[in-house]
Amino acid sequence: MPLLQIEHMTHDFGGLRAVHDYNLSIEPGQIRGLIGPNGAGKTTIFNLITGIYTPTEGKISLEGKNIIGLEPHVIASMGLGRTFQNLRLWRHMTVLEHVTLARYSKLTYGLLDAFFGTAKCQRQEAESRKIARDLLKLLGILQFADQVIVNLPYGVQRRVEMARALATEPKILFLDEPTAGMNTEELAQMMETIRQVHSELGLAIFLIEHRMKFVMELCDIIQTLVFGEVIAEGTPDEIQNNPDVIEAYLGKEIET
Amino acid sequence: MEESNNNSSASRRGLRLRLHRAWEPFSKAPLLGWLFGFFIATALEQLVGTPLSHLLGLPKIPVLFGFVIILKQPALLPSTILYVLLIYLIPMGLILWLSTPLANKIAEKLLKYPLIVSLLVHVGLLYASLYLWAEINDYRDLILRLMLISIIITLSLNVVNGYMGEFSCSHPGFIALGAYGASVFSVLMFVNDDIFGAPLLPPALGPFMFPISLIAGGFVAAIASLLVAIPSFRTRGDYLAIISLAFMFIIKSLVENLEIVGGPRGFMNQPDWANLPTVFIWTMLSIWIINNFVRSTYGKALNAVRDEEIAANSMTVNTKRTKTISFMFAAFWAGVAGGLFAHVMRYVNPGTFGIQKLAEVLAMVYFGGLNSVVGSVVGAVGFNILSEALRPLEMFKWIIIPVLLILVMIYRPSGLIAFKEFDIAKIVQPKRKPEEEVENAITSD
Repeated sequence: MPLLQIEHMTHDFGGLRAVHDYNLSIEPGQIRGLIGPNGAGKTTIFNLITGIYTPTEGKISLEGKNIIGLEPHVIASMGLGRTFQNLRLWRHMTVLEHVTLARYSKLTYGLLDAFFGTAKCQRQEAESRKIARDLLKLLGILQFADQVIVNLPYGVQRRVEMARALATEPKILFLDEPTAGMNTEELAQMMETIRQVHSELGLAIFLIEHRMKFVMELCDIIQTLVFGEVIAEGTPDEIQNNPDVIEAYLGKEIET
Repeated sequence: MEESNNNSSASRRGLRLRLHRAWEPFSKAPLLGWLFGFFIATALEQLVGTPLSHLLGLPKIPVLFGFVIILKQPALLPSTILYVLLIYLIPMGLILWLSTPLANKIAEKLLKYPLIVSLLVHVGLLYASLYLWAEINDYRDLILRLMLISIIITLSLNVVNGYMGEFSCSHPGFIALGAYGASVFSVLMFVNDDIFGAPLLPPALGPFMFPISLIAGGFVAAIASLLVAIPSFRTRGDYLAIISLAFMFIIKSLVENLEIVGGPRGFMNQPDWANLPTVFIWTMLSIWIINNFVRSTYGKALNAVRDEEIAANSMTVNTKRTKTISFMFAAFWAGVAGGLFAHVMRYVNPGTFGIQKLAEVLAMVYFGGLNSVVGSVVGAVGFNILSEALRPLEMFKWIIIPVLLILVMIYRPSGLIAFKEFDIAKIVQPKRKPEEEVENAITSD
């Protein structure tokens, strides 16, 4: 059984058809890519799967369980972590607080424990802090743990988003343009980090990306989305040589 | 050093250096030292306050560090200043200066035991000083109790307006519900009243049941807060401000029209249970619980909802539940504060819980600082002292206080002490030892 299965997902914004008949099936441990020109509907697909929007038609199931109509926080706690294209960080919180907060659904202490700071509450808080520190270490940003997020460079902020998503213990990690705004050096580092996360935590990854080098090197299977429809799906080699993809990106050759 | 530098910037630096040197012994004093200093000052006032004030030609002991007397009778300015110097500033300064090493040692020793021991010593010393201060006359006792109640109110509103970042105006309504709820409970159970009849339980039990009465008032407010929370937390934006404002007016006219609780005439006969120790204990309890809550992951979820709600939701935070529960939590404490208020005044009327109260509460929150427990305490204490100190100016008081608020908003838009974490374990710690200070100074040079 695939980890995540999407069948015939369609979504309309009023009269605008943003996504049409989208199908996807992710196996455990796979790295999948989603590419396409600006405005193709890539982020909309992420928002549909993670529950921020509800699809007009279609089926989405995570490990065989339907997730359509569930609240984003329920879907996230079922094992679907994500990052955002334009960072959505909490600007008054420190890096460590970001990551510990993402452990929210894993906490079992009650409100009364929180009010009176009981031993149970303190034990669990200490445990989340430890897990958070380990994740920060994995992503190489432990030295920023106690800093407020707005003071940090962009690359670090991207990593904080990833660490935060990983703290929810996802089975699939959705990365929305993880390298946006990065230079070549940072890009290479990010690629290394994603590989490391993938191998150490053994999760599936679904990513949206514009940098072809990045997608081609990382992904097992790539989908190309144009105007809300998948025009090609296949291995990096197949995608690179697909005439439709080339047309969508570069335009048609003028016949002479 | 000053003789060798003649230009003005150097002499200014010299002055700053001298000020810094003068302040140095105090900067090393731990909280314990300050509390001890204040305790000695209040004890001194207790012992020699009356004879000293007669000696200085003052009619009686200046009630509020001399502010009120100065404004009423400016001619008494020099003797008032002398009094404050002799009773408060000089003894406190001397004690801080002399006892800092000892206080640091004691603070360090105390930390060897569980934290609670050190906390109890600090809180006990604070209570002892406040008790001695309030002993002098009934006016002090009353404003102190009202000030402590304002701390609870300010803190609880800060949970919504600061930590959650929504703008709620319904706090006077919750205070009213708590005040009336607790009053009805107390009077029904323990007082022989015209309307509610003979007490249901023996009045001797009353003082022991007071916590239950307050908690009942708190729950009335918390449950009523759902009326605001459920419709307004479906979306974000200004809805909460509008709905909560409406709620405040609804509660006010509700109690105005309920004959059973006295209608516009007000409701009295509350038993005299809210004495200084009771109010003090409830205030400390509220600070402790609210601080625990906002520092836990559930409390941090509030900040996340404020800063980026969609991200919070995608990071497994149940945002709706978080918002609703925190709002109820804030309303609960407002209700408890209302219950205390009703038993301090032993009379409540609907007029107290109107727009004026709202302005006062909001002013305390925004003056003290958003998203900060210390800020709320400072805001409530500062605002109350200011408002009492300026009372002789009558009308001008309501010009000076708003102007001060505007200045705070211009120079510190989120309040005096905003976005500060309040770590109880840290504030009871001894200050750094002198040797470390020296080492630090050498390395920083």
